[in-house]
Amino acid sequence: MMHSLNKHFRVLATSAAMSLIVMAGAPAFAETPADTLVEGFAFDDIISMDPGEAFELSTAEMTSNTYDLLVRLDLNDTSKIKGDLAESWTVSDDGLTYTFKLKPGLKFASGNPLTAEDVAWSFERAVKIDKSPAFILTQFGLTGDNVTEKAKATDETTFVFTVDKPYAPSFVLNCLTATVASVVDKKLVLEHVEPVTPSDEYKYDNDFGNAWLKTGYAGSGAFKLREWRANEVVVLERNDNYHGEKAGLARVIYRHMKESSGQRLALEAGDIDVARNLEPGDMDAVSKNADLALASAPKGTVYYISLNQKNADLAKPEVIEAFKYLVDYDAIGATLIKGIGEIHQTFLPKGVLGELDENPYKLDVAKAKELLAKAGLADGFSVTMDVRNTQPVTGIAESFQQTLGQAGVKLEILPGDGKQTLTKYRARTHDMYIGQWGQDYFDPNSNAETFTTNPDNSDEGKNKTLAWRNAWDVPELTEETKAALLEKDNAKRAEMYQSLQKSVLEKGPFVIIFQQTEVAGYRANLKNYKLGPSFDTNYVGPVTK
Amino acid sequence: MTITETTQTAGRKRARANGAIMGVLRFLVVIVTTYFGLLAVTFFIGRVIPVDPVLAILGDRAPAHVVERTRELLGFNKPLYVQFFIYVKDALSGNFGTSVLTTNPVMVDIRRVFPATLELATVGTIIGSLVGVPLGVLAAVKRGSIADQIVRVVGLIGYSVPIFWLALLSLLLFYAKLRWVAYPGRIDIVNEYSFTPTTGLYLIDTLWQRQWSVFWDVFQHIILPASLLGYFSLAYISRMTRSFMLNELGQEYIVAARAKGLSETRIIWGHALRNAAVPLVTVIALSYAGLLEGSVLTETVFAWPGLGLYITNSLQNADMNAVLGGTIVIGSVFIAINILSDLLYRTLDPRTRAR
Repeated sequence: MMHSLNKHFRVLATSAAMSLIVMAGAPAFAETPADTLVEGFAFDDIISMDPGEAFELSTAEMTSNTYDLLVRLDLNDTSKIKGDLAESWTVSDDGLTYTFKLKPGLKFASGNPLTAEDVAWSFERAVKIDKSPAFILTQFGLTGDNVTEKAKATDETTFVFTVDKPYAPSFVLNCLTATVASVVDKKLVLEHVEPVTPSDEYKYDNDFGNAWLKTGYAGSGAFKLREWRANEVVVLERNDNYHGEKAGLARVIYRHMKESSGQRLALEAGDIDVARNLEPGDMDAVSKNADLALASAPKGTVYYISLNQKNADLAKPEVIEAFKYLVDYDAIGATLIKGIGEIHQTFLPKGVLGELDENPYKLDVAKAKELLAKAGLADGFSVTMDVRNTQPVTGIAESFQQTLGQAGVKLEILPGDGKQTLTKYRARTHDMYIGQWGQDYFDPNSNAETFTTNPDNSDEGKNKTLAWRNAWDVPELTEETKAALLEKDNAKRAEMYQSLQKSVLEKGPFVIIFQQTEVAGYRANLKNYKLGPSFDTNYVGPVTK
Repeated sequence: MTITETTQTAGRKRARANGAIMGVLRFLVVIVTTYFGLLAVTFFIGRVIPVDPVLAILGDRAPAHVVERTRELLGFNKPLYVQFFIYVKDALSGNFGTSVLTTNPVMVDIRRVFPATLELATVGTIIGSLVGVPLGVLAAVKRGSIADQIVRVVGLIGYSVPIFWLALLSLLLFYAKLRWVAYPGRIDIVNEYSFTPTTGLYLIDTLWQRQWSVFWDVFQHIILPASLLGYFSLAYISRMTRSFMLNELGQEYIVAARAKGLSETRIIWGHALRNAAVPLVTVIALSYAGLLEGSVLTETVFAWPGLGLYITNSLQNADMNAVLGGTIVIGSVFIAINILSDLLYRTLDPRTRAR
């Protein structure tokens, strides 16, 4: 049967062809506006923009660009602190009282004057709403009952902060650089508080503006937060009331883009100025493109493999040591984490006070075998490891599985979703776990505390530090870490952390592998685009085009 | 005699009315049980997965007492059946809870993300049907010819190649190389605030507000992901059209029509396709409903803030309120589309209309 193409079909085919031609005629694309920075960024972790509540990595960047702090890290030397809202500060001789003098004539983006009263109230609300990051302040002895006494304004520009122990001043000041200590506009927030029925869990009759600040804004930073739509967009606008150097661009737009290759294409095409989540392959392509450049900075996150001490085999000191010789650091550094991390075997990331740049371990199967034989495990044994099904941890786990195999240890990888492996880890039911730990605040105590303190090793232990999760019972190290908090002399304090790191390096059940490097690809026409040493120091204020 | 006739008619009318009421009741029962089953299954799966929802909300770094307080606040320390009871009670009063990820009430979120998916799926289905049906007809009419083979291969590729791969390749080709379409996302940032998203369907909003240049921008953003989804559904639609058409073309009435001397055009489009259209409506409706669930992979690659991405993201974060809310919406969409295609059936098939 022969049938000719009928009339209807011809019409349809023609219109389809027509529409293709129309599409082909689309005009060339404009670049991003000259006064706007557009970043492609996966920020699906943001759950709240309230600085008293937010504790997520992406939010840290937004908060630090939109709110001000009393003090900030000195980016030229991150073991030091410089004033932000504070012009100067003094510490009393007994080490308990910190007096901050604010710069004169400070203003919020709203136009309200910024006074010591706002600082005091910001501390008060953070402590009283008591969300995830509140411990950074409450660890100095602040409670809902005493905060108005311990953190108070004595006059318009003087803020006095009283701590409960004579801590090392570097510790106190470092903690005050955390975003939870951001100063919010009291007058503005008070217009938006919602009533709450007090209960045993929450004793106050209002929410201190928490509900409103989740998406609202009441700060004084270089930028104002105009809008956040979850998984879509974050828009920042220049704050003309900013006390420091005014931002170079009028607007910064973060577009949620989850996919590395999508980010790369948009960057190459000039539709975004910065791509924030590039995978190694795309990074390579960016580095070869003359119109693009890469910015990178080591971040305060270390990746490690841990050995649960509840497992009798893994608890043997020789096994712990042997495992440290069974990681192919060189190969991992050259391939799996190329560009996104560098080999680093101590628990304090680079740039933090007391960092110890020592990487004594190398892949040495013979030595490991010897150690295993000493432990009575010459024939090897079987063990499992919970691995989040993402890169680079999966790749590292597979490499480790191979090198362990060379020493006769059979490793079974249990892949799982991130939240799932973490739930298991926190219940201490794993054998081994591969994970990462990011600093909570930019002070050596943050990582020291989690790797070396375990005040109660029972299953009911409330303090779920990494040492606890791996049932590593270390009363001496717990004490040492506490003592380091009270050491006033910075040099001595640094030494104490170095000694703690050496202990973990030698006998801790943590095989620390590398420190994360954050990388961003950007259009070469951008000026001053830099990544900071932490997620809350990725400042966009200085960027211009 | 007239009296008995009237009573008979009245009785018949009443019986018909009763039948209708019964029908509606049966329908309601089906809907309620469907919803309840849907809720129960999703709820319990959500609760038995080995993920601590509080951990998902607060992250790994929250101190112990905050974790405890949150657990109590959200009622996770209560027995499972009590939690389910509370959930159903709240849901009946229209409260689907708050998403922990976005901190919005779930329904507010869905009102925001669903139009994005609706728009994409609708354009995709239109493309898929407009191209798929004629291709299927062509393949059936020219069975065994080169054209048939080409349609078959094109369809198979669309159906079997992973859509994210096609998506990335097409982005590379049409966006990066040829620059015919716009980059991932729904709209260019320049146009972000230039219109009011009343319906949330940007194409309609911008047309309505006569923002021609913005409409063009939105069109350039939607055309590639929609074409991909269209291609995906085209594959299925064209295969089904072909087989329905072959079935019809072998029928005796076609032979009769040919014998009568009707033109091929009328036979194919006026008779065969008309009859094939009835089951075809179901095929298209089902494929439309499938796209309305939100195509997770397409939405991910094209940074499309739709329902699929929302639910997947929520699921990964154990944000169960959001997952349950999304499931209910998808369930409703399925039911609605089923009813709609039933209604369409009636207009297309005179035999069902009579009853």
